[in-house]
Amino acid sequence: METLFALCIGFLTACGVFLMLRGRTFPVVVGLTMLSYAVNLFIFASGRLNLKGAVVLGTSDNYADPLPQALVLTAIVIGFAMTAFLVILAIRARADLGNDHVDGSMPAPRHAKRERTK
Amino acid sequence: MNHLILVPILLPFLTALLIMLPPIHYSPQRRRWLSMIATALLLVVSVVLLLTIQQQGLTFYALGNWQPPFGIIMVADLVSCIMLCLTAFLALGAISYGSAGEDEKGSFFHPLFQFQLMGINGAFLTGDLFNLFVFFEVLLIASYALLIHAGGKNKTRATVHYVILNLTGSAVFLLALAILYGTLGTLNIADMALKVTQLPDDNLMLVKAGALMLLIVFALKAAILPLQFWLPATYASASAPVAALFAVMTKIGVYALLRVFTTIFGEQAGPLQGLANSWLWPFGLATMLLGAIGVLASQDFRKLVANLVLVSVGSLVVLVAVQNTAAHAAVLYYTVHSTLICGALFLLADLIATQRGKAQDRLVAARRVNQPVLLGTLFVLCAISVAGLPPLSGFIGKVMLLQAAFGANGQYWLWAILLLSSLLVLIGLSRAGSTLFWRVSGMQKAEERVQPLQLFAVLWLLSASLLLMVFAGPLTELSFAAARQLADVLGTIQSILPGSGVLP
Repeated sequence: METLFALCIGFLTACGVFLMLRGRTFPVVVGLTMLSYAVNLFIFASGRLNLKGAVVLGTSDNYADPLPQALVLTAIVIGFAMTAFLVILAIRARADLGNDHVDGSMPAPRHAKRERTK
Repeated sequence: MNHLILVPILLPFLTALLIMLPPIHYSPQRRRWLSMIATALLLVVSVVLLLTIQQQGLTFYALGNWQPPFGIIMVADLVSCIMLCLTAFLALGAISYGSAGEDEKGSFFHPLFQFQLMGINGAFLTGDLFNLFVFFEVLLIASYALLIHAGGKNKTRATVHYVILNLTGSAVFLLALAILYGTLGTLNIADMALKVTQLPDDNLMLVKAGALMLLIVFALKAAILPLQFWLPATYASASAPVAALFAVMTKIGVYALLRVFTTIFGEQAGPLQGLANSWLWPFGLATMLLGAIGVLASQDFRKLVANLVLVSVGSLVVLVAVQNTAAHAAVLYYTVHSTLICGALFLLADLIATQRGKAQDRLVAARRVNQPVLLGTLFVLCAISVAGLPPLSGFIGKVMLLQAAFGANGQYWLWAILLLSSLLVLIGLSRAGSTLFWRVSGMQKAEERVQPLQLFAVLWLLSASLLLMVFAGPLTELSFAAARQLADVLGTIQSILPGSGVLP
């Protein structure tokens, strides 16, 4: 289970970082979203992975740590709000600047051509 | 329990809500006055809190009466109270300037401003790392919206960069928190400082990784060298009162560095003691130098001021790395000075830009400003103070910095670079000043005049420099007391976690 969990987090982080380094706002937003999923899973794992852990005291010998769950809930809510803001901002930037490049202007034609052939 | 600690957070929060209610929201005058009065009240509360803490020593407030280490606590010590007073002082200047007309260029200026104050105050007061993250997000989301206030292409572009960078920073912050929680089992700062002493050896590398990730996040907020590229464009494109308030935002990063790397990884941390110093020292020096070069290279005055912010951040970070009481006292004094003066310069840059017509604040020959004597005098005073010439507060701050570095490893590097960057700043400012005021092309004067509220705002911030000079004695004593309290990690742990037993 640990390996699978770690692989999931690693894969999500790698995809997120790759997408965040793209030049247009939409892939960047998706990349940030994936990164925040990875982070949320990671926080969840900081309480140690634990099967069939009890939540109520005095019912079992094996308890789950409740704090990471509270933390992850907070992180999800904040991440959600921030992503919503970023999406609106990206649309605003598309309208204001006339393109969806993060720098507000498309790169020089030479680079653009290379990007297209990829 | 002292309920006063919560007031600096609740007051801006309730004010923001009140401003959005119809009877106040629909009247610009009422919005302005309520916002200004509340900020003045915030200043009073902060000063009262500072005086109380000075008498009582470190005090904390346990939310919901959940005792630490289980609940979230708000901690007020001298360092956080000084930062609270600084924020309120700066905010009053910025909000007065904004109330002269800038606030009507977009919607919800005052509520957003108050929410940002709430976030900043919360970040200074919290005694819990996850809560610090939450308050960072509160102040960030307000700052995103404030940054784009009044709109325009430049602002949109700068905001996109700023938001994406800070969201990435938040992700790294959360990763660091998860690592630290997973290894130390707590997020209460005092408890973490205690747990670090009992750390088993096999977790050492993990904690170190978490701590250095925190360093990355705070370096991004404070704009230290490899992570500073966002700052000049962002600050230069923000509207004047927002840029003035943002002068304190980088200092929050410095404050967080101070908090984490002197309390949690302080003298009691054994092998982890001072693990950030070897990073902060060279990058701080480089930031200072790069900022000074940026001052020389700036094409417009606002970018120049933004680079001045970088210079001050660089010198503060280097002193954080020195890790002794004198250095921390110097950091506190210099933070107060540099924040207020940079705020004043941002406001002044806007005043100059409005009077120069199309050229705005670009450093080219343009028409004469309408009130050259007034603006010129203000400019000279600001420049003297920020460059560190006697007699204003910059000089005292710089002397404290130089004295604190005396005897530190690599002291000559610090002295050389600090003095060189001061010289570069001086050259850059004199060049900018002579271009702005003396290189006039003979076109007719502009109509704009400085409004009373705007003048008040600049004078208010500038008066701080004067006060810091006149009351330099008591204020340095205060910052030394604060630095001693900050360095007394064991005392902090004892007063927050009295049941924790005797420490090694």
